[in-house]
Amino acid sequence: MAATLFFYLFAALSVASAVMVISARNPVHSVLFLILCFFNAAGLFILMGAEFLAMILVVVYVGAVAVLFLFVVMMLDVDFVKLREGMANYLPVGGVIGLIVMVELALVFGTWTISPDALKAAGAPAPAAGVSNTAALGEILYTKYVYWFQASGLVLLVAMVGAIVLTLRHKEGVKRQNIAEQVARTPATAIEIRNVEPGQGL
Amino acid sequence: MIGLSHYLTVAAILFTIGIFGIFLNRKNVIIIMMSVELILLAVNINLVAFSTALNDLVGQVFALLVLTVAAAEAAIGLAILVTYFRNRGTIAVDDITLMKG
Repeated sequence: MAATLFFYLFAALSVASAVMVISARNPVHSVLFLILCFFNAAGLFILMGAEFLAMILVVVYVGAVAVLFLFVVMMLDVDFVKLREGMANYLPVGGVIGLIVMVELALVFGTWTISPDALKAAGAPAPAAGVSNTAALGEILYTKYVYWFQASGLVLLVAMVGAIVLTLRHKEGVKRQNIAEQVARTPATAIEIRNVEPGQGL
Repeated sequence: MIGLSHYLTVAAILFTIGIFGIFLNRKNVIIIMMSVELILLAVNINLVAFSTALNDLVGQVFALLVLTVAAAEAAIGLAILVTYFRNRGTIAVDDITLMKG
């Protein structure tokens, strides 16, 4: 009974905050509603028994991605009112396409059944009672799917390098240390000997 | 009793809201990227719902990979956005067609 109540609470809140994400006037509010939506989705994950993914959702999405969005929204000095112009023009087209997608999903939803073979073809059957979701996930993630795990690490590495390359810029006129130049210094290049006449100065 | 179909309904609604958001905020790249995040969240809910319904952990592993790719996509997209804003002083999507060769 409590699970049913919490399901409807999380589902309603996540859908409502998703609507606010796309319709809020202020993009900062959009990001904050996105965070609320992620929290409620994490609640849904916990109800489904996927605790590890729920925690990852909170840590990665709320802690990293949403805060990244927040930084960018606050850092860029954008006239958001101007960007909202013509929103009413897009409303009919967007509404029609949204409706089409919804109807398609409903059609699929009303007719599908799970094949009995699908249950037999399970790649990694859920663990016996007593093993936590995190432990079970770790046991297959680091053994059977270790290459996928490494590949996702590679994706993150490439994304990090790409983001740094895209946003890094060297300002002109800033003095920097050039180590190769420092190491290559010799007495011949560093010292200049002048023969100073007495009483004259340089 | 809450079953698989309830979760699929929530995911379908979130997916549709994401699609709708892309069309509604055609000019604002930031909101478009947030809509893409919503779509990916809906996909993740689907994956986890089927994973628990079919007693198969692979769905959750795949949801983990989707999450990773979504994080990478957000980082790269926002980096491109910052660079574009520095060069042009606006983030209106319409102007990006100026880049075409």
